[in-house]
Amino acid sequence: MASNTQLEPVSRRTGQQLGWPGFPSSLSEVTASELGIRRFFGGLPGVDQVGVEGRVAALATRSIKASSKLAALDMAISMVDLTTLEGADTPGKVRALCGKARQPAPLDPDVPSVAAVCVYPDLVEVAKAALTGSSVAVASVAAAFPSGRAELAVKLADVRSAVDAGADEVDMVIDRGAFLAGRYLAVFDEIRAVKEACGQAHLKVILETGELVTYDNVKRSAWLAMLGGADFVKTSTGKVSPAATLPVALVLLEAVRDFDEATGAKVGVKVAGGIRSAKDALRYLVVVKETAGEEWLDPARFRFGASSLLNDLLMQRSKQLTGEYAGPEDFSKE
Amino acid sequence: MLGPMTWDYAPAPESRAIVELRPSYGLFIDGEFIDPLDGTSFKTVNPADEEVLAEVTAAGPRDVDRAVAAARRAQVEVWGPMSGAERAKYLFRVARILQERARELAVLESLDNGKPIRESRDIDVPLAAAYFFYYAGWADKLGYAGFGSDPPPLGVAGQVIPWNFPLLMAAWKLAPALATGNTSVLKPAETTPLSALLLAEICQQADLPPGVVNVITGAGATGEALVTHSGIDKVAFTGSTEVGKGIQRALAGTRKRLTLELGGKGANVVFDDAPLDEAVEGIVNGIFFNQGHVCCAGSRLLVQESIASEVVDRLKRRLATLRLGDPLDKNTDIGAINSAEQLDKINDLAATGEQEGAQRWAPSCTLPGRGFWFPPTVFTGVSPSYRIAREEIFGPVLSVLTFRTPEEAVMKANNVPYGLSAGIWTEKGSRILWMAGQMRAGVVWANTFNRFDPASPFGGYRESGFGREGGRHGLEAYLDV
Repeated sequence: MASNTQLEPVSRRTGQQLGWPGFPSSLSEVTASELGIRRFFGGLPGVDQVGVEGRVAALATRSIKASSKLAALDMAISMVDLTTLEGADTPGKVRALCGKARQPAPLDPDVPSVAAVCVYPDLVEVAKAALTGSSVAVASVAAAFPSGRAELAVKLADVRSAVDAGADEVDMVIDRGAFLAGRYLAVFDEIRAVKEACGQAHLKVILETGELVTYDNVKRSAWLAMLGGADFVKTSTGKVSPAATLPVALVLLEAVRDFDEATGAKVGVKVAGGIRSAKDALRYLVVVKETAGEEWLDPARFRFGASSLLNDLLMQRSKQLTGEYAGPEDFSKE
Repeated sequence: MLGPMTWDYAPAPESRAIVELRPSYGLFIDGEFIDPLDGTSFKTVNPADEEVLAEVTAAGPRDVDRAVAAARRAQVEVWGPMSGAERAKYLFRVARILQERARELAVLESLDNGKPIRESRDIDVPLAAAYFFYYAGWADKLGYAGFGSDPPPLGVAGQVIPWNFPLLMAAWKLAPALATGNTSVLKPAETTPLSALLLAEICQQADLPPGVVNVITGAGATGEALVTHSGIDKVAFTGSTEVGKGIQRALAGTRKRLTLELGGKGANVVFDDAPLDEAVEGIVNGIFFNQGHVCCAGSRLLVQESIASEVVDRLKRRLATLRLGDPLDKNTDIGAINSAEQLDKINDLAATGEQEGAQRWAPSCTLPGRGFWFPPTVFTGVSPSYRIAREEIFGPVLSVLTFRTPEEAVMKANNVPYGLSAGIWTEKGSRILWMAGQMRAGVVWANTFNRFDPASPFGGYRESGFGREGGRHGLEAYLDV
């Protein structure tokens, strides 16, 4: 008998307004004042921790085999933001990483390029030059990464330096201190100011969910970022533990799905930090597929911020094709 | 790669090879598999493709006599006099073997029942082992359970179980009965006898003394012969309210103890301040878990009118991602209906929903050509007077009703002849506690649904039966107190 078949999706609603009580008729009113944001947060349905964690535990049992595994590995490679964010980063290290990003496995031209290389602002120029002529974007962290502790003018200067150096994408951090102190409007204003400073560059807003702790905070901060013009919401800097987790990814994917329903705008999700194995990456893709849907199975809407993940994806890919595991030295480490 | 990608899961079937099906099975009496004295035989099929799995014996009256006699002898001579600590050793051993042979049990359960392997593997089998572990722990502590210093067992229990959770229900019945010093004659349902027979084999493997557990297969006539047998002291039945009432009638005036766990029409109540995405998951788990073949299913969704359309939209979107098909595929969410008879019943009741004026919706899906299948179905516009709002469908069919105030929610939740389960979805803790006190249901879940734990008592009000299984309370049903 045939294997299971997925039931066909129903068409998404096109209405401008979600039905939960408290959802505003105009989103611009929400961010006009501190009170507006607080009212909006009060109207957002809460997130039940046990329910979220139970749901991802069930999704984590999905079994990805054969052709669907190979497709997922290629998809995951194409979604990687290959990242180096060390104090010890040098032009040489960044150039090496860019070579890997263009062609993760030179012996196999079927392996796709990664989505982007992610560096500090002062190395954007080096990365940009090394990636000329390729499809790989250059992303720069900014806005007093990773702590977000600086005054706005400094953050904006940070962002502009990245953009002026040619960054295609800016990964800003939010002011978690302000968020936890309840100064939501300050967080929002900063996001909007950074968005403006980005110009044509895409904005990813790092929520640092490991510091926000509750899923309600994750959801609220994601909405704040989306209202502020984020092109992506991103879990973590990678400097704080816990970084990306499946439950947090689920909450973010529900938020971008709901934002799309409310506004028609599709915001991406980037999970970053701590994702090292292909198996983990596939679990995220399952959560993407079954939460936001296949429209998000796209490097323009879903990314993995990672470094060592790429080699495990390559290793699993070659295992899938040849039936044999390669050794850790069979792939370049950067 | 540019643009969104379509990505579907490749087939991921669990291997059948781990299960060794015999062409035919005898009865398990006095520690051995034996041929019947006056029994006949019947076939058990895989409901997913109607393949015949094995020939099984329908025990006749003389076979029931033999089983009851073996259970009596074992109870009087061995199991009753044995110390609780010794009985516990056997129960712990059974629990461990259940874990060791978990994969085999899960595959067999999915083959015979039609439920997805994800559920038999992650829920049925681990819980069955957990019940044995839990009650093994009580066996030497009965004096501290609150029923006197040395509460005596009842004797021989006749236990009749349903087809929806064949192995798990056997564990619910056997573990407390054995822990308290009773012996058992267990009759599994006629459409799902195989896992109980494997459990019998596990009892052999655990060196359980002969006669402590006896498994007799068969249909209604065998069950009737068992529960009306004069040699038993206790009847424990899980199944339909109709059959339960018949058993209660037959036992009236006898000295036999009785516990009944019958049907339900559980209300899942969603308030406007509920965590909506998790509530939608809870609605799905409430009614589509195990194809809705769950006595405590949340088959009535009571949703606050102000968010009804939002919740229904979200529910429909979620249902479209459910995967229906081969129960042995590890990614299947919805398996097969257990039997042609049950499928007919679901079809008939669903038809009345349309006739009475409710709107029927199911995600578009292709049902397999063979076997017994029914898509996950939602009825909206359901009036509390409709049959689909009052009668147990025992299938993947949800009836959506609305309410305006908490009082109205309670009134509607309680307004059925049943009282087994209920769910409450709200972020307001005080409302959860108030509602739980008002609901006439044996189990009330808050911000979750269909969660089971051996330490928690389970049972019903009114037409959902009486007596409790699970927890300390579950001991009482097998003690002469």
